[in-house]
Amino acid sequence: MHKRKNAFIIMTVPALLLFFTFHTYPALQGVYYSFTNWRGYGDFDFVGLKNYINVFKDERALHAYLFTFKFAVVSTILVNVISLIVAMGLNAKIKFQKTLRAVYFMPNILSILIVGYIFNFIFAHFIPEIAEGLGINALTRNILGDQDVAWIGVVIVAVWQAVAFNTILYLAGLVTIPEDLYEAASIDGAGPWRKFWSITFPLIATFFTINMVLAMKNFLMVFDHIIALTGGGPGQATESISLLIYRGGFEGGEFAYQSANAVVYFVIIVVISVIQIKVLQRREVEM
Amino acid sequence: MGKKSNWFITTLLILGSLLILFPLYLTVTIALKTPQELADSFLALPKEWRFENFTEAIQLTNFFNALGNSAFITLFVVVLTLLTNSMVAYAIARNMHKKFYKFLFYYFVSAMFVPFPIIMLPIVKQTSSWGIDNLVGLIMLYVVYGLAFNVFIYVGYIKSIPKELEEAAIMDGASTWGVFWKVIFPLLAPMNATVGILTTLWAWNDFMLPLVILSDQELATLPLVQYIFQSQFSTDYNLAFASYLMALAPMILVYIFAQKWIISGVTKGAIK
Repeated sequence: MHKRKNAFIIMTVPALLLFFTFHTYPALQGVYYSFTNWRGYGDFDFVGLKNYINVFKDERALHAYLFTFKFAVVSTILVNVISLIVAMGLNAKIKFQKTLRAVYFMPNILSILIVGYIFNFIFAHFIPEIAEGLGINALTRNILGDQDVAWIGVVIVAVWQAVAFNTILYLAGLVTIPEDLYEAASIDGAGPWRKFWSITFPLIATFFTINMVLAMKNFLMVFDHIIALTGGGPGQATESISLLIYRGGFEGGEFAYQSANAVVYFVIIVVISVIQIKVLQRREVEM
Repeated sequence: MGKKSNWFITTLLILGSLLILFPLYLTVTIALKTPQELADSFLALPKEWRFENFTEAIQLTNFFNALGNSAFITLFVVVLTLLTNSMVAYAIARNMHKKFYKFLFYYFVSAMFVPFPIIMLPIVKQTSSWGIDNLVGLIMLYVVYGLAFNVFIYVGYIKSIPKELEEAAIMDGASTWGVFWKVIFPLLAPMNATVGILTTLWAWNDFMLPLVILSDQELATLPLVQYIFQSQFSTDYNLAFASYLMALAPMILVYIFAQKWIISGVTKGAIK
């Protein structure tokens, strides 16, 4: 029995130490530096909560938060609506079901950075060219170059890529719903809408929760899309929080300041995730 | 059963799939055109396949070097992740009634909600001062960071494996290690497939970690190379697209042959 105990310790303790060293320790260091004025090199002093107060007064940071939230909320909603529709389509009695599933899932295996570069070209050259040929004036300019609408370009690419993953999850939920429920509902005279709201949606409630939380969390951390599409521009119109922390921390000599920003960011992500889980799970129970 | 196929939905889905296939069509055709052909028409198929774009891109991006780096990282990350993360999860799953292991479980899993930027700045300092700002360091970070999600899904799965199977082996004199490698690990096959696929996608496509950890250009991974390439040669689109296509191709080829397992693997991982 003793041997068994020892074996379990050997299986876990190295992992615990490594995890602490390379995950928790740096995180604690980040929190520690957030109370200093360290630039990433040289001497530093403690400055208390100054960095935190400054984050809340910093227009650039506030703008990054605003952009990131706007982007994350819109993308989460769009991704979930579209992927649920696609999943229901793929779950229906269709031809070429396997091939279509394979095609719809493909974006999930592609690097977001490279997808972003491809779409960058589409927005910058392809769409304007086609729009000009067709005489659609509204689309003849690169939307990524326009302060007001560049974020929509980022949303389009993010949705294009993320729908794949969420579709697969919804599909996994949909196949568990027994066919006879729908047949019984048909006999009772239920139409498609009624079937969706009374059978489909309640029965995939857990998948809805998972998808909403995962999508929101991932979109709040948006980085690769921005690098490939706009680099945060034009101006700072599409600068996300991750990008701001990366830039300010490594290139702007704001190591301590961006550490404070990262702590704020962390707290916000945890709060949003917890609220989402609580609210969505309550809905699951009520159904 | 026996119902007719719904051609209306089929048609809609085929039209929708064009939105996915079209950017890929553009990528392939642009990669094969000359700048003049591209200027003439974005949409047309290339008249003659221009493979020089690829050979030139291979040279400019040092493609095979990056491919080697990506393959090296992904291979080691996947193998090490499967061997170690499953073991950690096994120890936790079989001892959840004990405080220490219960703590470990929540400790690892809660890390899923820690955004990378909060550790990004310090970990870069740490890896460079310890001299592990290289491929080996990167592999280790992926394996360690993977614990958060992998422990979560492995533990759920191991709990569903009846203990009687292990007890029989213990009666026959097998050690805990023997039980794990001979009984449990083979039984984990479906979960190993899932973790393997998700880890492959992550290690292969990740951009942020190599971007901040690796300082030597020789060590750059495929996504990182596209980033460096883009900032230097952003004007020649044919060349750029040849480079993108080559970076995407290995995964697409794997996907074409293994999509059945990839789709089911991802599904299982996310449901647990």
